Amino acid sequence: MARVPVAQGVFTWPAEDPRLIGSRCGACGIVTFPAQDSCPRCASTGMAQHLLPRRGQLWAWTTQEFPPPSPPYSGPTGDAFVPYGVGYVQLGEDVKVETRLTATDGLRIGMEMELVLVPFRTDGEGNEVVSFAFRPAA
Amino acid sequence: MDVAIVGVGLHPFGRFAGVTGIEMGAIAIRKALADANVEWRDIQFAFGGSYEIDNPDAVVALMGLTGIPFNNVYNGCATAASVLTLAANTIRLGEHELGIAVGMDKHLPGAFSADPRLYACPSWYGELGHFVTTKFFGMKINKYMHDHGISSATLARVAAKAYRNGARNPNAFRRKPLSEAEILGSRMLNHPLTQYMFCAPDEGAAAVVLCRADRAHRYTDKPIYLRASAVRTRRLGAFEVHSPWLPIEETAGPTVDVSRAAFETAGIGPEDVDVIQLQDTDAGAEVIHLAENGFCKDGEQESLVARGELEIGGRLPVNTDGGLLANGEPIGASGLRQVHEIVLQLRGQAGERQVPGDPKVGYTQLYGAPGVAGVSILSV
Repeated sequence: MARVPVAQGVFTWPAEDPRLIGSRCGACGIVTFPAQDSCPRCASTGMAQHLLPRRGQLWAWTTQEFPPPSPPYSGPTGDAFVPYGVGYVQLGEDVKVETRLTATDGLRIGMEMELVLVPFRTDGEGNEVVSFAFRPAA
Repeated sequence: MDVAIVGVGLHPFGRFAGVTGIEMGAIAIRKALADANVEWRDIQFAFGGSYEIDNPDAVVALMGLTGIPFNNVYNGCATAASVLTLAANTIRLGEHELGIAVGMDKHLPGAFSADPRLYACPSWYGELGHFVTTKFFGMKINKYMHDHGISSATLARVAAKAYRNGARNPNAFRRKPLSEAEILGSRMLNHPLTQYMFCAPDEGAAAVVLCRADRAHRYTDKPIYLRASAVRTRRLGAFEVHSPWLPIEETAGPTVDVSRAAFETAGIGPEDVDVIQLQDTDAGAEVIHLAENGFCKDGEQESLVARGELEIGGRLPVNTDGGLLANGEPIGASGLRQVHEIVLQLRGQAGERQVPGDPKVGYTQLYGAPGVAGVSILSV
């Protein structure tokens, strides 16, 4: 069974030390995630790829305790669905990214979090689809 | 040119098997016309709002093919605010004197969904399950409670008030009072929000007849004046639904912006408002919106709710008809349902749920994806 990323260009792959792939505006400096071609602050088109920090602080969180509507959700449903955490993690002074959280309990605003790659689902060809999440950091 | 509302009509909100959205729209229009003592042939223009119905103007097949200009609008959960604003501006510009704003929808049960790419979000964002509005509301109120000391008990009290008010409203979807314990004990959907703290998509229609204010007394002896109606979208730094990322910089959301703009246009302040309709997609949204619209400071909701100030007999009566929690949300109609309730309250016609003390100024607010808000201010 091969491991494949949920999409190209979201995180570095394959990588020992994965990073989320954002972009930085050459004109005003704002950082976006995922990367985009134009700046949402100054409308410049001079955006360059920018790898995001792997650690940050939890800025907001909730839990997802029912399967999201499908489509577009393509993960496990029914009895296979396992509730998960969702939140925004602030990565240094770069950006806040929306992400799954590996925990649903013990979450606190401001706690240290770190990026991990986790299994998301098995696709029609038997590949393990991998996505990103954040977990409480030691 | 000032604008007056001289007629309102509503098709009840809920589930109506065998009745189409267009038919509900026609019923709401007929009620609004009767309320204004006018005929369909008197109507010079119309704006229609809907999410599910591509062309609300098809209602002319049921009303009469009079050839009027009839424009259709979809603008997320603020659709009805756009319909109302465009209709009012048509009169303000002097283009027409008498027109109608109508909203109608007929949604399937369950959380709203769509193709994320239509919202400028990547496909993987939806694949992973992020493209669902309820978890945004969970995150927003969870953070707000952390920052401003709001308790889950307050959320339950807000929801219980909605169902209690809904029980007094014959047009409401959910008319059974629920206790705070039942609300807190219902299934957790997105922490801290339980099932009964969320509204549900449903079906319904509402219509409003508007005219030049100086002609209003031809139609009614109780005109209600539309003092302001406005729409705003999010600015960079606002915490909004369907955002794969947020910048470090933080700014107020579109509700704050549109509320300030509407108060400025109306030339009055929050302290002058006697009866309030807020977008209570969930109980937490009502709590947050109370502050975002200037009716209290952040955190004051905890004591305001505990003292019953948001009740029909309180100092700041909010969602006197049960709001979205008790009425559900047929998107195109929801904001005109709010206006319908304010008009009844300002006329003194709200029956069992009438706000005491002869209210003179009313306020409505809508908010939704992907970061759009609308406000109207009405007065006797």
